[in-house]
Amino acid sequence: MLLVPCPWCGLRDEIEFRYGGQAHVNYPADPDALTDEGWADFLFMRDNPGGEFRERWFHAAGCRRWFNAIRNTATYEFRAVYRVGEEPPA
Amino acid sequence: MSRRLEAGGTWIDRSKPLRFTFDGAEYEGFGGDTLASALLANDVVDGFRSPILGRPRGVMTDGTDEPNAFVAVLEPWVDLIAPATTVPLVEGLVAQARAGVGDLGDADPSAERIGHVHRHVETLVVGGGDAGREAAREATGRGDRVLLVEERPRTIADAPGGDDITVLTDTTALGVYDDGYVVVHERVRAGPGVWRVTVNDGSRPVEHTIPLPHAMERIWHIRAGRVVLATGAFERPLAFVGNDRPGVMLASSAMRYAGRFGVLPGERAVAVVTNDWGKEAAERVANAGVELVELVDVRDGRAVVRTDGGLRVESATIRETDGSETAVEVDLLLVSGGWNPNLGLWRAIGGGLTYDAARATFVPDGTGPSWLTMAGAASGALPKSAPLWFVEHGDDAQKYVDLQRDQTVADVLAAVEGGLRSVEHVKRATYIGTAVDQGRTSGVLTAEIVNTALGWDPGAQGPTNARPPYTPVSYGALAGPYRGDLLDPIRLTPIHASHVERGAVFENVGQWKRPWYFPRAGESVDDAVERECLAVRNAVGAMDASTLGKIEVVGPDAPTFLDRMYTNRMSNLKVGSIRYGLMCGLDGMVFDDGVAMRIAEDRYLVTTTTGGAARVLDHFEEWLQTEWTDLRVFCTSVTEQWAVVAVNGPRARDVLAAAGTDVDLSKETFPHMTFRDGLVAQLPARLARVSFSGELAYEIHVAGRDGPIVWEAVMAAGRSMGIEPYGTEAMHVLRAEKGYVIVGQDTDGTVTPFDLGMDWIVNLSKGDFIGRRSFSRPDTARPDRKQLVGLLPEDPEALLPEGVQLVLQDTGAIPMPMAGHVTSSYRSAALGRTFALAMVKGGHAMHGRTVFAPLPEGTIAATVTPPVFYDAEGTRRDG
Repeated sequence: MLLVPCPWCGLRDEIEFRYGGQAHVNYPADPDALTDEGWADFLFMRDNPGGEFRERWFHAAGCRRWFNAIRNTATYEFRAVYRVGEEPPA
Repeated sequence: MSRRLEAGGTWIDRSKPLRFTFDGAEYEGFGGDTLASALLANDVVDGFRSPILGRPRGVMTDGTDEPNAFVAVLEPWVDLIAPATTVPLVEGLVAQARAGVGDLGDADPSAERIGHVHRHVETLVVGGGDAGREAAREATGRGDRVLLVEERPRTIADAPGGDDITVLTDTTALGVYDDGYVVVHERVRAGPGVWRVTVNDGSRPVEHTIPLPHAMERIWHIRAGRVVLATGAFERPLAFVGNDRPGVMLASSAMRYAGRFGVLPGERAVAVVTNDWGKEAAERVANAGVELVELVDVRDGRAVVRTDGGLRVESATIRETDGSETAVEVDLLLVSGGWNPNLGLWRAIGGGLTYDAARATFVPDGTGPSWLTMAGAASGALPKSAPLWFVEHGDDAQKYVDLQRDQTVADVLAAVEGGLRSVEHVKRATYIGTAVDQGRTSGVLTAEIVNTALGWDPGAQGPTNARPPYTPVSYGALAGPYRGDLLDPIRLTPIHASHVERGAVFENVGQWKRPWYFPRAGESVDDAVERECLAVRNAVGAMDASTLGKIEVVGPDAPTFLDRMYTNRMSNLKVGSIRYGLMCGLDGMVFDDGVAMRIAEDRYLVTTTTGGAARVLDHFEEWLQTEWTDLRVFCTSVTEQWAVVAVNGPRARDVLAAAGTDVDLSKETFPHMTFRDGLVAQLPARLARVSFSGELAYEIHVAGRDGPIVWEAVMAAGRSMGIEPYGTEAMHVLRAEKGYVIVGQDTDGTVTPFDLGMDWIVNLSKGDFIGRRSFSRPDTARPDRKQLVGLLPEDPEALLPEGVQLVLQDTGAIPMPMAGHVTSSYRSAALGRTFALAMVKGGHAMHGRTVFAPLPEGTIAATVTPPVFYDAEGTRRDG
């Protein structure tokens, strides 16, 4: 069970969190401007890299805040967490 | 005959003789014995059988690597299968040999006392040997809080003391997980005993005796900053003809039986070793009193090539450097084929291996989690060994590799000849390594036999992985106290006690207990539900609707936000009015439904399905926090702040009036889909005209604590009008008669509002909302999607089973093309017949056609209808 570094609460057990998938997939400004393929791409297609991944977490059973993280999907190591609206650290 | 030495045995207490029973015979042992050491002391050498071939087997090891000596412990605790080498001897122990396979039996897990403990430490040390002690000492020196666990009844090295160190014996690390999370299993196995407790009852001390449970277990959930695995090493056997015969024992195990337990496992021995530790062990066994006839060191070019005998070893055949063979009469053969670091825990968390040619085994390569280190023998600090795993000489089918699976060198070679190259595949073909010991004695042997057979170098591939739990653990221990009522939180409405008093039968809805129906004496479910439904249709009924999810959505942008979340418009809802709404996911599929009540310009109370409350709140939060951060809205769950009594039926208004309210109930001033605040039964309440039955209906929302008072007031007010409490089953029938769907019953996450025929609730002109773009996706817009319809079985008594598949033609030829499925099906008192709701391909265009439900007991034919069966005009609801 991972220790997840919530940027508001610090290290907490993974069971307190909900995973939110890839980060920075913004809702399209004008969904009607997208082709069906473009919309399906937004709806269903996500990256799945082995290695560093920018992803979303929700501290559901804690402060109930969404935040972003950079985590290595091979080692599970969190390199950084940052709040919604903040730029991902380099 | 006793094989116990006159003196000695560092782990036993000769002042504590113990009686025990094994396979029906009585024996004696000492405190500190394991069952295995006590059996060897009583010369029970061949008491076991192998699981598949039934071959005689004896104790081969002294720990968790034991592949032979399995028992069921029957008294004083119950353990359905365990190696005798790990069972502590207690007074009155009763055990039976088991051929490597346990019986499930009917052990009552509640007979044991089991707890769960959570602990944080800076350093956790697994293993109480010298390396573990050193690691613990170093950590306490740094000021760490330290926990040291040792699976045996005592630490091998003297454990360091101090306030900052906790030492747990009889305690096994079952698994090491991410970020230093380790699950540990502590056992207390005791003989008969009592706790004597003196309690002062106010005037004088009174002594109480409390029977001590024979078995207590604890699961420790440990989060450690640093984990040191000082788990030692397992001595490796060798594969040669007859290597599984009772009397063949690992050299170091024989040494420990002599040194710790004062037991000599034989009189005359030959030893065969590949390394110095094995050699030293054999010499110590000789010093303890066993006649060591030959010490065969394979590094000198000699080998033991076979054993002979009946139920136990009678001779060992030694092959000399010149190829000549000599059979030596012995009753004990000591084997040391090298040492494998104990890497089960290391490998399961992703630690890497490398082949160490000098030691002829696999050692940690240093890659692995940064917080995890290996120490001592487990890290590879082992003696050099000759690279010998199996002896070429003789019949491969008599050289045992995995004794607990009765698999031989011949079986491994057959798997390779069959085309398998990976040890992982060989494992699955032969089952080697899948037994209780998880390949502790067989893993490296198997890998090297495969490597050799393929012509690969030694170490080309290593052993298969072990997985947690490290040793078997009962489900009871893992479940701990979290069973029965403690398995999952139970949520009760404020009115629950009233329902219990009225004899309600409850059903689980998520974590909630909801009244399912309220049977009278002698009534069946069907009887009760029919009575409850008729009361609502003809007079009045009351239901506890407190479990409805309730969320307050507050802020100047709340109207905008709700317009984006629901398919219809909520921003133009008037204060004091209510609107039903559907919510979809981004994929356009129905996600939840409920009503929105506008309490003020900037304040809504929205309701959700009982099971969907948390999901909907999370959904709101996700959009507000991650996407529309500019919206000034906050959401608060108020589900448990409100108790809700739903009063439904033509007499509902009369009941409210009789219960007493200052709200004007007239149809003109308080119409359907509006709400008013006021007093009901002298309590502050919100009255909402919402109907899920299709009848005239009021929901009375009051503070949770007032729920039972209002409920009783309603029941008392309605008594003369024939009021009945009704449960979820009647509610389901009543709503289905009206064609109202239940999200999650009639929908399954693949259903759009259009599929439900609810086009009227989708406002495509109000601007963007969640799910809108998906409605025009080609798949979502297909005309042959499954659509909601009603079904009337041709036989009005025939009840379609929910979930049954529907076909257009009952050809009798299986398979038939399927046209849909039934989602809800009931007997209706109001209709005087059965009816159902179903999702049928292209169903909206099929009204009037017949579909068939082929069932084993006969086909049910049904006519497709619109889904509304009762009061389609809605005059009763609006009354």
